[in-house]
Amino acid sequence: MQAVNIIPMFVIVPLAGAFLNSLVEKKAKWVPDAIGNLSAFILFFFSVLAVQVVRTHGTLVYSVGAWKLPLGIAMVLDGLTAFMLVTVNFIAFMIALYSINYMERFTAKGKFYTLFLLMLTGMNGVIVTGDIFNLFVFLEIASVASYALVAFGTEKHELEAAFKYAVMSTVGSMFVLLGIVLLYGLTSTLNMADMANMLAQKGAANLVLMVSVLFIMGLGLKAALVPFHAWLPDAHPSAPAPISAMLSGILIKSLGVYAMVRIFYNVIGMTAELSSIIMFLGTLSMVVGVFLAIGQWDLKRLLAYHSISQIGYVFLGIGLGTPLGILGGIFHLFNHSVFKSLLFLNSGAIEYSAGTRDLQKMGGLMSKMPVTGSTNLIASMSIAGIPPFNGFWSKLIIIIAAVQAQRFGYAFWAVVASVLTLASFMKVMKYAYFGRLKEGLMSIKEVPFFMKLSMVVLSVVCLIGGMLLIPSLRDIFLNRASDVIALGVNYAAIVLKEVSLSW
Amino acid sequence: MTLYLLCLLLFCLGIYCVLRKRNIIKIIVGLIISEYAVNLFFILIGYRMQGRSPIFDQKADILNMVDPLPQALVLTSIVIGVASMALLIAIAMRIYEKYGTFDITQIKELRG
Repeated sequence: MQAVNIIPMFVIVPLAGAFLNSLVEKKAKWVPDAIGNLSAFILFFFSVLAVQVVRTHGTLVYSVGAWKLPLGIAMVLDGLTAFMLVTVNFIAFMIALYSINYMERFTAKGKFYTLFLLMLTGMNGVIVTGDIFNLFVFLEIASVASYALVAFGTEKHELEAAFKYAVMSTVGSMFVLLGIVLLYGLTSTLNMADMANMLAQKGAANLVLMVSVLFIMGLGLKAALVPFHAWLPDAHPSAPAPISAMLSGILIKSLGVYAMVRIFYNVIGMTAELSSIIMFLGTLSMVVGVFLAIGQWDLKRLLAYHSISQIGYVFLGIGLGTPLGILGGIFHLFNHSVFKSLLFLNSGAIEYSAGTRDLQKMGGLMSKMPVTGSTNLIASMSIAGIPPFNGFWSKLIIIIAAVQAQRFGYAFWAVVASVLTLASFMKVMKYAYFGRLKEGLMSIKEVPFFMKLSMVVLSVVCLIGGMLLIPSLRDIFLNRASDVIALGVNYAAIVLKEVSLSW
Repeated sequence: MTLYLLCLLLFCLGIYCVLRKRNIIKIIVGLIISEYAVNLFFILIGYRMQGRSPIFDQKADILNMVDPLPQALVLTSIVIGVASMALLIAIAMRIYEKYGTFDITQIKELRG
């Protein structure tokens, strides 16, 4: 098999899985579990393979339907793509494992896995595509699947949250589409690399400024940056726990952060104004998110507010634009997807056993649920930035990068937000896991095997995540991703060179 | 130019409807209107004054053809719009079953 043929697999496998699953889900009880987990595992395997492929072959371009580029749809595999693919598919595989036991609470397990795989299709598609309209299509596939998943419980709260989320997200997609239309009108091409070339030739037009604003609004809505965040604290807690983990862990990153970074750095080209806007919005989300989080008593809602805050760190790091800042940003993206999905899975485990999300009704769960308690402790320490866990290293890099870039104000707020994060997770640990066991919780049991397995694996990754900074590992994984971002619009030259070689 | 401005007006009308109306169905209608405005704008981008349909023919010259690509893309975007609107309407129906009203001022058990 040629190395380039691995690229479309990331869309084909989950799409085929979703289709097959909806056909045969009723045959036997274990069928949806098997299909969902098998597809997720194959994707994880392929994504690890993709890292190896990028290491040996460099950037690869696949042209869909063998149309000569830039006429046809391109799919591009480079360092950043491989990095995002590993992140998304690893978390998705862990969540699929967790769902085997957890989704027994709901009746329509088959439908759950179909929507899950469709959402995965959309996210992988957004990541691998090199065509800007195709990016919009995959964005919508992932979004529509996620609206349905938020409403999965079909109770009052779920429906209300799903409606709010769907309306706001549809408006966001509309802005993205409008931006794409204007870019197409300016450049008469849809291929991202070709478009970057055309934009560079045309010079700075006022239209590009307007398009940037549209993308900040549209993709900022998907990423839940602060002025556009109102849907997230409702939508993420209302979904079933694996889906909350999926939404907070990877959906807002692949649809929001990745798409924004790809378009701003590699297509439009980063300017000083854009980067200061992104840094400002990032810091604003960081601070506002953590202040709103600290007063929450609903565990999942508290975690959702922390997602807003942590996304702010990612944007601050990437917005700095220095190599160190970008490295810190994408490393924090990886770390956040690991520990935030772990925290949501823990909250799901509590809901599974104790049947509550209210912190005031919990207490002393550590003695009854040791695995959940200790993995939650690890994840809390990671998110609060305590060494040696992975969250510490990425926050440290971002703060050092901010100081190096003479942005002392941003560095200060990053430290403040980190301290407040620590405070609010101390609250979680105190009320939920330590202290006296409440009366009604005497008879609860630890969660079943697969839930424990995925939580333990994720917590091990939290523990050893800092190892990714060891130079030899960093060269393979993180540096290749940050190089692509630092490359800026030169991305076009590399992709187009690859195209001319293959024809 | 006037056409583009009218298109923008339609878009703003839709967004206004989403922001100001209290009835869920009216919000959905607002979304549909602004989505159609974007689609219309896309078609207008590809339109050439007095252009002919983009079908290749031995006798006709290639000059002055309408750009066919936006038409193909708009078709995709309409299909996407149908999917998300169908889902939204389904959610709206379920909301009506649970709350017994379409008024969003009475559907606010969550505080975002």
